[in-house]
Amino acid sequence: MSKKLVGNHIRKLRFNHDEMTQQQLADKVGVTRQTIVALEKGNYSPSLELAFRIAHAFNLPLEEVFFYGDNTKL
Amino acid sequence: MTYQEKKSIVSLISAILIFGSYCLYMYPRFPEGGLESETFHFWGSFVLILTLFSIIAHILISIIFNIVFRITTREKEPKFADELDKLIDLKANRNSFFVFIVGFLLAMGSLIIYEPSQKMFIILITAGFLSDVTGSITKLYHYRKGV
Repeated sequence: MSKKLVGNHIRKLRFNHDEMTQQQLADKVGVTRQTIVALEKGNYSPSLELAFRIAHAFNLPLEEVFFYGDNTKL
Repeated sequence: MTYQEKKSIVSLISAILIFGSYCLYMYPRFPEGGLESETFHFWGSFVLILTLFSIIAHILISIIFNIVFRITTREKEPKFADELDKLIDLKANRNSFFVFIVGFLLAMGSLIIYEPSQKMFIILITAGFLSDVTGSITKLYHYRKGV
């Protein structure tokens, strides 16, 4: 399956936020840990609602957590 | 491997084991020719008992799997289905439904070409089994490779 064009910086942001675990982030945004794993691997593009919830969990605007296309800078 | 991946594999194996063991159990009771009413009685009870047996076996296997999962990983199984789970469920149901419909049409086709009703039931039940397997494989595929 091809990688999605919607990428994210979730893994880096977790580490920058007191090494937050995948489970802690999952609990904060109301999904299972499996979904956070899939997001970090780029196997799943979240719904707009989930994307906003994740951005709010890091206190960042949406575009600093998610990007469209090949943008690996943070 | 995550909980959902393991669960899909367990579901796939249990579907094969349940159907296989039940067919082996029922094989000696298979009616050789005989009256049409006997055939319908046999296949009617075959489907109803299989449904009951399958539900009970799946519940028991699921309970055992959850206990083993908790002991081995010291993690609790997810209590809810989130948007990814629901999306994968939908894709699994779609593929499963497609396989069953193909089987159903083949079963009806066998009646059109005057095949015995036994064959129609066998095709129908096999389609049910294959649709179950397809659903589990689809789930496993999407949990591993993404959506």
